[in-house]
Amino acid sequence: MSLSEQTIARPLRIFGLPPIIALCLFWLFAVIFVAIFADLLAPSHYTTQDLTARFRPPAFMTGGRFDHLLGTDHLGRDILSRIIYALRTSILIATFGTLLGAVVGTTIGLLAGRFRGIFDVFAMMLTDMQTALPSLFIAIALLAFFGNNIPLFIVLVSLEGWERYARLARGLSLSEQSADYIRAVEAFGAGTGRVVFRHLLPNIAASLVVQATLNFPATILLETSLSFLGLGVQPPGTSLGLMLGEGRRYLLNAWWIAVLPGIVIFLTTLAMSLFGDWLRDHLDPTVDKDH
Amino acid sequence: MMISSLKAIGLRVARSLVTLLFCVTLVFVILRAAGDPSEELLPPETPPDVRQEYRVQWGLDQPIYVQYLKFIGRVAHGDLGKSFVSDRPTTELVIEAMPKTLMLGLSALILATLIGLSLGIAAALRHGTTVDRSLMAAAVLGYSMPIFFLGILLILAFALHLRILPSSGSSSPLHIILPMVTLALPLAGRVARFARTATLEVMGKPFIRTARAKGLRQLPVILRHALPNAMVPLLMFFGIEIGIILSGTVVVESIFAWPGLGRLLVDSVGMRDLPVVQGVILMITLVIILSNLFVDILHAMIDPKVSLARTLGGAG
Amino acid sequence: MSAPLLVAQNIARSYEMNRGLWQKASTVQAVSDVTLSVDRNETLGIVGESGSGKSTTGRVLLGLEPPTAGTVSFDGRRLPFIGSAEWKTQRTRMQMIYQDPLGALDRRLTVSVQMREPLDIHRIGTPAEREARVSELLRAVGLSAEVGRRYPHELSGGQRQRVVLARALSTRPDLLVCDEPVSALDVSIQAQVVNLLSDLQAELGLAMVFISHDLRVVRQISHRIAVMYLGRIVEEGDADDLFARPVHPYTRALVSAAPIPGRKINGRIMLRGEPPNPAKRPSGCAFHPRCTDAIARCSVEMPSLVDLGGGRKAACHLAGAASQAMPPIARAAENSAPAPGLCEGIA
Repeated sequence: MSLSEQTIARPLRIFGLPPIIALCLFWLFAVIFVAIFADLLAPSHYTTQDLTARFRPPAFMTGGRFDHLLGTDHLGRDILSRIIYALRTSILIATFGTLLGAVVGTTIGLLAGRFRGIFDVFAMMLTDMQTALPSLFIAIALLAFFGNNIPLFIVLVSLEGWERYARLARGLSLSEQSADYIRAVEAFGAGTGRVVFRHLLPNIAASLVVQATLNFPATILLETSLSFLGLGVQPPGTSLGLMLGEGRRYLLNAWWIAVLPGIVIFLTTLAMSLFGDWLRDHLDPTVDKDH
Repeated sequence: MMISSLKAIGLRVARSLVTLLFCVTLVFVILRAAGDPSEELLPPETPPDVRQEYRVQWGLDQPIYVQYLKFIGRVAHGDLGKSFVSDRPTTELVIEAMPKTLMLGLSALILATLIGLSLGIAAALRHGTTVDRSLMAAAVLGYSMPIFFLGILLILAFALHLRILPSSGSSSPLHIILPMVTLALPLAGRVARFARTATLEVMGKPFIRTARAKGLRQLPVILRHALPNAMVPLLMFFGIEIGIILSGTVVVESIFAWPGLGRLLVDSVGMRDLPVVQGVILMITLVIILSNLFVDILHAMIDPKVSLARTLGGAG
Repeated sequence: MSAPLLVAQNIARSYEMNRGLWQKASTVQAVSDVTLSVDRNETLGIVGESGSGKSTTGRVLLGLEPPTAGTVSFDGRRLPFIGSAEWKTQRTRMQMIYQDPLGALDRRLTVSVQMREPLDIHRIGTPAEREARVSELLRAVGLSAEVGRRYPHELSGGQRQRVVLARALSTRPDLLVCDEPVSALDVSIQAQVVNLLSDLQAELGLAMVFISHDLRVVRQISHRIAVMYLGRIVEEGDADDLFARPVHPYTRALVSAAPIPGRKINGRIMLRGEPPNPAKRPSGCAFHPRCTDAIARCSVEMPSLVDLGGGRKAACHLAGAASQAMPPIARAAENSAPAPGLCEGIA
């Protein structure tokens, strides 16, 4: 150990984590908590209008009052309550979208990696298509003509990044399959189901989880972008993107309607990105070998 | 070597064409699966004979495979039908909007590259210092920022409060500044991060260490030796980014009322203008496929060691 | 005597080496024209350097890879198509031991779960019986039942290989193929594991194929030995006899490089030249570039494996002459034919 390493003070840790990461996790847990208990936490319902209290500024500004902590919008709806419910919608859609994308992508990647041949060609073509036709455009086209509903929206949001799971799962399954522990199980006459679900998947799961964490922000951004453009979640429903989209018309006299939900989106994607980077560096499965 | 390179390029082109065909097919399937366009597009009070006329005009009365083949044939001839709303040919509308999007996208790309490369190289040169950490923190902030939120903040600051820049339209050269910066900043964050990694990697290579040991000043060494070496990964990086930039233009054009493809797309979707939506999406696809093809061929020309076979070798 | 349990007739195995999309794929011949048989109650050793095709031979014998030519029969019947139901059932009767026991075990499952897996796959016994079988097997390989609750990385190298062995024995196989089973282990552990394998083989009446590059280890455990060079068998014979009277120049070189303790080494033969590369196979006898005795004919004509009598076969143009002009160490060995188990103290 060199002298300089000894003299450097031990870095600050909170629950064994770097402060920034601890902060990110705190924010993410808070977001999840709020999303789950939205009904209990919101001061009022997100559709409750109060036309006598339109464009009320947040409490910390002159003219703001504590009954609407973060002010009100053009219909006099409480911004705080709307953010709380919007958070629930956005997190719900992004979570299910990420899960669906991960499952579909991983399945395609595993099929390509395990059976090669036609599955490989198929996976390659799908990946090429995804590259040539970004998910935002597919989503816009489909939303325009299928109309709008939450299940379809989740499917569309899941398009974001499925090919990354596919590529990862394919590469990992190719390398793992040449490992003796897989060959040994196959030499016992194990079927594909056992090999894949009992051995292959658990051994590559860590990498896929890291990928999902890194992908989550992009999924949130796709959801909020679509809703912002008015193509995603439709009123009277609410989502963070939709709030921004509605609020941008009143920027001049009521900036908080758009800016406050924007800050929430920004902090959430930022926290998730930082946490994902940290997780990748610390859980990197490529160095996680016992040898 | 020469012949095999040509063959590889030929294969790459063929693969692009297959992808294009699949995308065209996908667009066809998506839009047909949405239901009978005459039901979707015509107002409910349309009389049945008008509806039938519309169906015949569009070939919707024919079997689906005939429709498909005719669709492919029309697309190949650049005929995407007439806009339902403005009654002008789709191709005309798309080609009109195209230069605006290219202008916005390219200027944002150039701006992002300039900012990103300088900051990334600066961070790498001061590796491990506070400067490095602050620059990288800024980069993370940059690429975590949702484009629409950034656009709104810029409008608030520069158009509404300072009142020095216009926030919508494209009538003067000043109009491009806000949309360009909005599109460029998140991209600059990713470029900076990428440039830092690439520079650090190149700086670790023996020839750079030798050059530095000879007492050459760092920056010229980096620029002369490292940049050419970092060109190939940078090119690959741009290949991936093209789709992200184009997705970004949809949002940015919509915020700043910039009359490009993205705005045309969002407006057409709003008015259920099927032919125009098809046209824009196919044009976007064509742009992405061509740019990726261009990137791959350029890559093979810059770095002959890396054969095109790598780009052909499966999904991985 | 009944027919041998495992018979391989003129098997070959080649691989396509893909060198990019537009370049012509080249074929690498890993194994050619190998004929072997293994009896119940017998251990056949296969010796060779890396690239000799010995591991590939092992996998083809076990039916894990199809031969590109020739046939393998097990218990009088040809091996079924890989992946078929019959093939799966047959897996209970033939098993494999791997070089790296840690690599052969799933890091995320406990030892007992993995040992029970072959029984689970083939639905042998009730769950309780499977558990009992696991403890019984652990005892048989000299491990305590407590080891079953641990994960592979919590065990020592020797313990892991015992676990792999116990797992392979769980379905009471008739044939065991061991591919370099001890070369990843500490030298101090090697002898223990080899002895364990030897004991279990005798006790259970297994047919065993023991593949190794280490002639000393092979000698310690094998009844018969086949020497492979670049995908072909160059010499085959009874273990002690082969050591005493190596006929093929390659075998002679190997034997002289693996001295027997307590015996004086005379005329040690050093192998010169490049190690064998299956992608660049020399003409004629593949060994001729490294052979000290090579004559002109060796570089042109490939010698066939000729039966020299007494269970000995060799593929060398000089085989007749060589067996008459026996090297000194061989003569010495003839006088004191080593009894089985003589070398147990080596490691």
